[in-house]
Amino acid sequence: MSEKKVTYLEAISQAIREEMRRDEAVFLLGEDVGTYGGAFKVSAGLLEEFGPERVIDTPMSEAAIIGSAVGAALMGMRPIAEMQFIDFITCGFDQIVNMATKMYWRSGMPIPIVIRGPSGGGTKGGPFHSASPEGWFFHTPGIKIAVPSTAYDAKGLLKAAIRDNNPVLYLEHKLLYRMPELREDLPEEDYVVPLGKAIVRREGEDMTMLTYGAMVHQCLQAARVLEEEDDVEAEVLDLRCLIPLDRASIIESVRHTNKVLIVHEDTLTGGIGAELAAILAEDLFEYLDGPITRVAAPDVPFPYAPPLEEAYLPNAEKIVAAARNLAAY
Amino acid sequence: MSGKYRVKADLLQIYYFMRLTRAMEDRTRTLFLQGRVVGGVYTAQGHEATTVGAAMTLRDGDCIVPQHRDLGMHLVRGTAPRAVMCQWLARGNSPSLGRDGQLHIGDIHHGIVPAISMLGESLPVACGIALTMKMRRRSTIVLAACGDGATSTGPFHEAMNFASVQKLPLVLVIENNGYAYSTPNAQEFALTNLSERAAAYGIPGESVDGNDVLAVIDAVGRAVEHARSGKGPAIVECKTFRVRGHSEADKADYVPPALREEWLAKDPINRFEAYLTREGILTPERKAEIETRVKGVVDDAVRFAEQSPPPDRETVADYLFAPDGPIAIVGEPGANNPRYVNALDTRTGQPFSTVSKAEEAVGRR
Repeated sequence: MSEKKVTYLEAISQAIREEMRRDEAVFLLGEDVGTYGGAFKVSAGLLEEFGPERVIDTPMSEAAIIGSAVGAALMGMRPIAEMQFIDFITCGFDQIVNMATKMYWRSGMPIPIVIRGPSGGGTKGGPFHSASPEGWFFHTPGIKIAVPSTAYDAKGLLKAAIRDNNPVLYLEHKLLYRMPELREDLPEEDYVVPLGKAIVRREGEDMTMLTYGAMVHQCLQAARVLEEEDDVEAEVLDLRCLIPLDRASIIESVRHTNKVLIVHEDTLTGGIGAELAAILAEDLFEYLDGPITRVAAPDVPFPYAPPLEEAYLPNAEKIVAAARNLAAY
Repeated sequence: MSGKYRVKADLLQIYYFMRLTRAMEDRTRTLFLQGRVVGGVYTAQGHEATTVGAAMTLRDGDCIVPQHRDLGMHLVRGTAPRAVMCQWLARGNSPSLGRDGQLHIGDIHHGIVPAISMLGESLPVACGIALTMKMRRRSTIVLAACGDGATSTGPFHEAMNFASVQKLPLVLVIENNGYAYSTPNAQEFALTNLSERAAAYGIPGESVDGNDVLAVIDAVGRAVEHARSGKGPAIVECKTFRVRGHSEADKADYVPPALREEWLAKDPINRFEAYLTREGILTPERKAEIETRVKGVVDDAVRFAEQSPPPDRETVADYLFAPDGPIAIVGEPGANNPRYVNALDTRTGQPFSTVSKAEEAVGRR
């Protein structure tokens, strides 16, 4: 077997291809996913292998894409609905929050769909091509949310999402798509990364960084700086999934480190970090030796110009600064 | 009048379903006035020719995607009157287990999709079902319904456009009842006929007298044949009138009394009854028989619902996610094997109960 290190994007592509080979109920629909192979080429080559009935180029109609996925799922299919940029998920919002997520709960009929698309910033995408939409759906009961940070997880979480019997929002971070550092050898054999299992990316004694997606890598970089310059050992816990949330791993880590820094790219107020902070305050109040601290984007829309984008996004430097304040307690 | 519906028994069956629909709604209204239906009640007096007629054109394996006023479609396609009453009365054994009200019920194994209150949003879902039928090389079709109001929504356009591009086996019945809540047609759209919207999608569109059940059957039957033959979707506008309010909480005093009177005089059940009587098909004896049968079914449904327990408070946080396991492709051999997560209602471990196995489902063919 030839050894070829796989990018995050290729890992996503492999997951789709392998699941479509494994199960004839799996199909892909979205804008420009067929002939063009997708705006980022995630689906390149799939049309040739599976034909236009299983790789469907749709009109520019997110409600029709997601709604059709729901209808097909009612029939027992396992559609993957691609949002060309995850920002455009707003155009199909109702199909998710009112149709897909409430169907099993109110009728007993499962809706096994994956809605996936490129999310996140750092690519000069501006206010309409940089969204981190997880907060909207984190607050919506009935949908699972996967947020992979590595090529291994990108493939394994997507396979788990496709095999899950519920709506899953799968947020692939577009900055990670072709990042050379993320290339890795993936197992030859079939594997999944189960939804709802966090992973410790770096062990540490002094504080826990709770994070996910692209921010995992910023946290790891910050942790290296803290080790070298401050003799602070930060543990980095990659949540991998926001729903189901791996409360047990969060609690285990924080019980051990007694300090928490929450890092996400989505805006601060009412974000994932707010819920994590509430969980920690409720469950681990007596274990905390410092204030639960959050590093997140400011509460404004995502800006375009490079200096503004840089100022907007959390990064290793901002994480180090916040961690130093926290470490001082 | 269509040749295939000249058979006396079929015509009387149509009449039975129209009467049953009206009687179920009349009883629901009484229950509401007695305070026994706690939520909103949406009925469709005047729509019976459209809802019953449209559904009578279908075959086994076809699917309906009804909206909130389509009790007639439900009953013809086999939704059990008991299930309907349990849903109105928020019983613990209602199809939604008390999670939802109204006619928001369905069972995909019997080709019935539960509606939601965001009107128009069911149409993209109808596309997905039709898309699956096309992918699986079936000769079945989807009959979706919406009101005049929903034709103004984005999902209406997205769905009809996608369906026409993909040539999906989809028939859309637009029930134009004159008003979207209090907003009259003139403030909803600038067309004479809503079927003209079909031109925008390059598909057939037809408008028909929605209070003439045989005309509805003819027009929808043609559209169904078109869709079934692989030629793609079609639209039929059934022009009718909502002679009551949007809901039972709405007095509808915005409707000019003369206009309401005009439509009351065109009541679809009275018209069909006059026709059947004139043709010698409906005798006083048959009529009495049907009335007795209708009353029996409605009484049984209400009694059953009233004797059913309310939902258990302890279950309030349950049923959010479906369990793991294999999923069957609906309508294919073995799909009802209980090993499939979608074969049973896994919330209860029981078969889906929305559709009656008994004689009420005689409209299925």
